[in-house]
Amino acid sequence: MRKLPLAFLPWRSLLLALVTLFGVAVISFVLLRVVPGDPIAMMIAPGASQADIAQLRASYGLDRSIPVQFVIWLGHALTGDFGTSISMRQDVTHLIAERLPATIELTLLALLIALVLGIGTAVLSTLSRRRLVGGTIDNANGILLAVPDFVWALAFVVLFGVALPILPISGRVDPRLSIDFATPFTLFESLLRLRLDITFDVLSHMIMPALALALPLAAVILRVLKGALEVEARQDYALLARIRGKSRLRVTLEETLRNALIPTLALTGVQFTFLFGGTVIVERIFAYPGIGNLAIDAVINRDLPLIQGLILTFGLIFILINLAVEASFGLLNPRLRHG
Amino acid sequence: MVERALPEAAVMATPLAEPAIARRRFAGLLAVFREPRVVFAGGFLLVLLLAAIFAPLVAPHDPLEQDLMLNTLPPAWSADAEPGYVLGTDSLGRDVLSRLIYGTRVAFTVAIVAALAAGLIGTLLGLLSGYFGGWVDAVVSRLIDIWMAFPPVLLSILLVAVIGTGVTSVILAIVVIDWTRFCRVVRSETLQQAKMEYVDAAVTLGTGRGKILLKEVLPNVLPVVVVLLSLEMGIAVIVEAVLSFVGLSVSSDTPTWGGMIAEGRQIIYQAWWVLVFPLVLLTATVLAFNQLGDGVRRLTDPVLRR
Repeated sequence: MRKLPLAFLPWRSLLLALVTLFGVAVISFVLLRVVPGDPIAMMIAPGASQADIAQLRASYGLDRSIPVQFVIWLGHALTGDFGTSISMRQDVTHLIAERLPATIELTLLALLIALVLGIGTAVLSTLSRRRLVGGTIDNANGILLAVPDFVWALAFVVLFGVALPILPISGRVDPRLSIDFATPFTLFESLLRLRLDITFDVLSHMIMPALALALPLAAVILRVLKGALEVEARQDYALLARIRGKSRLRVTLEETLRNALIPTLALTGVQFTFLFGGTVIVERIFAYPGIGNLAIDAVINRDLPLIQGLILTFGLIFILINLAVEASFGLLNPRLRHG
Repeated sequence: MVERALPEAAVMATPLAEPAIARRRFAGLLAVFREPRVVFAGGFLLVLLLAAIFAPLVAPHDPLEQDLMLNTLPPAWSADAEPGYVLGTDSLGRDVLSRLIYGTRVAFTVAIVAALAAGLIGTLLGLLSGYFGGWVDAVVSRLIDIWMAFPPVLLSILLVAVIGTGVTSVILAIVVIDWTRFCRVVRSETLQQAKMEYVDAAVTLGTGRGKILLKEVLPNVLPVVVVLLSLEMGIAVIVEAVLSFVGLSVSSDTPTWGGMIAEGRQIIYQAWWVLVFPLVLLTATVLAFNQLGDGVRRLTDPVLRR
């Protein structure tokens, strides 16, 4: 009875995560209230009466002190009401909910590409006995580590959008395709509904931004996993398996990879939050309709309710990623399960 | 007996070690030329720095001079190029090469000022926290934890939203976000150095703690800081380019690499060169800062030097 599956969940981290999220909310709220400018003045429709303004001001509690304002704002926020976007005149929650799925699909695709590329290259480089191959991979990876997603994204635009025009350089789906999907998860839903024409079109839009986000992460995974595989290959259990006559490929796949993945996973978690942050600029370059692109519009337009909502959304995502990483430790590393 | 002998041995060791260290430092200076990364990357960055300083002398045209008759001219090696515009012109007929040279000014200003300021704050706090421990370390460590909980992008969006745009804001954002990079490394390095015998020796000689920190520990931590500075300059160049790409850095009448890239992205089908040249220069600069840092690390790390 003691081994309830729920015990795998890092409850302590969950509590800490909530505290962190609250901290993010407080700090961003206070900082954004210090900004000069009256949010109400930008929110009202032209021709509103003084009474309307006063009423709106009171409903947001803007006539009170900042702590009271925060409590009122928190009350609204807990019911999912983040106010109205000033520049787009729409509900902030609605705006974010509409665009978040596009970003989630993009980052998951990027994560998948990064894992396949990073793990694949690390295993290949471990298997090759020639120092030349390993050395070349190390040197190439040194450069890969230094080049940010911003540069990859633009290089892809030039290479595959203009020089060799095989991929679309902006948007998420061809507007000529009529899509009547129930959810904004266009990629997932097209796969589930087997509308492969749409899947193909969405993927052709996503592959360049996803690859730009994936390459820096793949480089980090490669470096950490390669080092960990080298350490594991010198351990007794790996040598024993070799003596028993297992091939290097089988020893790597069946024995060492699993152990080497644990430190790699820890780092991938942190790096995945960076990847998520990278969507801000990469989505901008490809005019991809996600929350990263929305965040830049919000800052350019000084749209405070939208900025606040987006900061909390990003904060929540980062915290969820960290929790997921911690929970998966328990599954991968048996020693932690009996803590 | 042993207890008394140890400090004496340490005291004896200090004057003897002095010339050896000096000799090694001199050898280190010569070794710079054995590390091609440092020579090539450093040389390239030096050329860019000189171009930034002497931009008005080097640039063939005024970077802001518009000539709509000469818009989107291709680079010099194309068939219909105009002489005098080596890398072509943008949609307003401004010379791309001159704008690149002037763009170096913003890039290097941000890189140098932001990296030095972040390095100074981070190193100072890291030294104090690692050497004195106690409540100083508790406060600094907690501060770093809080900072790590805020992902950099989130923080930079928040900062730019609060303090507005401009070079000062970009520098401030980089310093506020990246001081922890220095602080974390310097703190752990100081912790290690503080356990070394030479620190014990200095204590035995009656040297004050502040003096030990500045004269003994700091010189041994400095190589790491130099490496981090170089890497941080690369990061700063990218951050500045990204922020001016989205229009959150300097005003649009100052030429920046990021701003040029943004213009180039819009006319990518008519004039690819407006995007490609600043992108190539940006990438080369970032790689150079990276290789310079890597080279310095190889030169100063005794394990890697062998």
